Amino acid sequence: MEKTWNNKAWFMVLPVLVLVAFSAVIPLMTVVNYSVQDTFGGNQFFWAGAEWFEEMLHSDRFWAAMGRNLIFSAIILSIQIPLGIFIALNMPRKGWGVPVCLVLMALPLLIPWNVVGTIWQVFGRIDIGLLGYTLHALGFDYNYVNDPFDAWVTVIVMDVWHWTSLVVLLCYAGLVSIPDAFYQAAKIDGASRWAVFRYIQLPKMQRVLLIAVLLRFMDSFMIYTEPFVVTGGGPGNSTTFLSIDLVKMAVGQFDLGPAAAMSIIYFLIVLLLSWVFYTVMTNYDVEK
Amino acid sequence: MARIDLNHIRHAYGANPKSDKDYALREVHHSFDDGGAYALLGPSGCGKTTLLNIISGLLHASHGQLLFDGKDVTRLSTQERNIAQVFQFPVIYDTMTVYDNLAFPLRNRGVAEADVDRKVRETLEMIDLASWAKRKARGLTADQKQKISLGRGLVRSDVNAILFDEPLTVIDPHMKWVLRSQLKQLHRRFGYTMIYVTHDQTEALTFAEKVVVMYDGEIVQIGTPAELFERPKHTFVGYFIGSPGMNVMPVAVDGRRARLGEQVIDLPGAPKAEGNGIELGIRPEYVRLGAKGMPVTVRKVEDIGRHKVVRASLEGREIAAILGEDDNVPADPHVTFDPAGINLYDKSWRVEMGA
Repeated sequence: MEKTWNNKAWFMVLPVLVLVAFSAVIPLMTVVNYSVQDTFGGNQFFWAGAEWFEEMLHSDRFWAAMGRNLIFSAIILSIQIPLGIFIALNMPRKGWGVPVCLVLMALPLLIPWNVVGTIWQVFGRIDIGLLGYTLHALGFDYNYVNDPFDAWVTVIVMDVWHWTSLVVLLCYAGLVSIPDAFYQAAKIDGASRWAVFRYIQLPKMQRVLLIAVLLRFMDSFMIYTEPFVVTGGGPGNSTTFLSIDLVKMAVGQFDLGPAAAMSIIYFLIVLLLSWVFYTVMTNYDVEK
Repeated sequence: MARIDLNHIRHAYGANPKSDKDYALREVHHSFDDGGAYALLGPSGCGKTTLLNIISGLLHASHGQLLFDGKDVTRLSTQERNIAQVFQFPVIYDTMTVYDNLAFPLRNRGVAEADVDRKVRETLEMIDLASWAKRKARGLTADQKQKISLGRGLVRSDVNAILFDEPLTVIDPHMKWVLRSQLKQLHRRFGYTMIYVTHDQTEALTFAEKVVVMYDGEIVQIGTPAELFERPKHTFVGYFIGSPGMNVMPVAVDGRRARLGEQVIDLPGAPKAEGNGIELGIRPEYVRLGAKGMPVTVRKVEDIGRHKVVRASLEGREIAAILGEDDNVPADPHVTFDPAGINLYDKSWRVEMGA
């Protein structure tokens, strides 16, 4: 059969192109535009070239925030992934417990992020917060407003509370898709509980785990709302992550040029790291 | 290998079964001989997989006793029973090599690595996968995966029986035949006790020496393929085995005669049953089409290659007859029943006929 060639199909993608242009491409280009110019207000701009980028890459403030971000993401992944797997393995597979567990797990995910921040901000306060007050009454010197370590612990516990469910739900979905025959065969083969996990459950969860690691990495690397609400980046700069620093610079100090340069570097790093993660983990899959 | 005795085994999935309906398995009392090749044949939901899982210990029967070589194993776990089972869908350990898959059951039991190596190599030869030993099991075809599942059972020299739960469901038709003959070969060479669950009569009849036909949670007949064909004990066996299945029609019995509507059929003997609920069963292979006998109206002729299936109507009932490939339907068709193929049933169960 003769194929008809015409370019009308391009009109079909037009709505999507327009939408993406307004929601992503144009704002991003604005940022690119800012990043190569300088302004002193009054809507007057001067060409600055790569100056802001150079300044940013030589700024201690930027690398300190980056370091905090990387440490934060590393801690978050090393807690949430194993904990998520552990909870998913122990969730019931049938009966009335299934919907109960699923609802409990989904609850933290349904709460708006700034509300999560507010909940923990109040929860941890030593004057009126249940957690802060109790710890204080028990004699612990806990105060997330003054102590950088306590601030970190609070932000990490909050993130674990908020997002571990996502890992649990993804792993659970992977687990329930394993046919019974696999467990029966393992019984017949005399496999131990550990061997069942290592050779049946883990391989079957591999794909969803890849997604969980990727999502949790990107999200934790871009964290903003919750620490902003709880600690505001303090005490000092101890919980000032890249995104918080960026907002301080752009909105607080109105340094549009450096902030724009930082956004672009930040964006490229997230993109690069996600790509590295994805490639490494999918290649690992193929080699096996 | 072992002889397996099922001693009045009953099973209900729910707690507190009250009537017969609550039982997935009504009552099975039967022995599987050491080294025998059995097929459990029946429609979906007849309880054959339940029975298999009770033997392997994945399920514990709610009533009755299970003996391996006279030893009570009713309460033993799967692992303690030393059973191998091949499932409907191939179960393999994706991340391991073919070799490691076979070594897995041995290593789990703490067998010394030298013995593991010897046994695995032996088994790889048996299932014809020696050249695949170092490959990841993930990339194999369905039939190779199914052979690995089987191999994980064969590798343990002390298995009591090998159970198959519809193992060829996902295998391509031409490979089904190959695998089936390899299974038969293994059975002949090593004398395993094999129990093979299937709903496919061809599979059952070619694999097994004895076929156990199950229906509605009960064993309705155990016999050789020929017995099941010639003398079905229950009308269900008649319907289920053979293609097309047995013709079954209600008759009124009077001594050595059976009355079907206006027609009278001579019986090979006087049945030991009388009254209502008597049915006459005859396989299409024993229905002769000719110019004499009972008049029929031919509705349809299906040519299926080696022979033709004639669908006709006799006294208002559907009846099937087999006609040779080169034979033709006569102009004024009549049928007669070959007395050798006549069976009588009282409430679905076969009754003997006296002389």
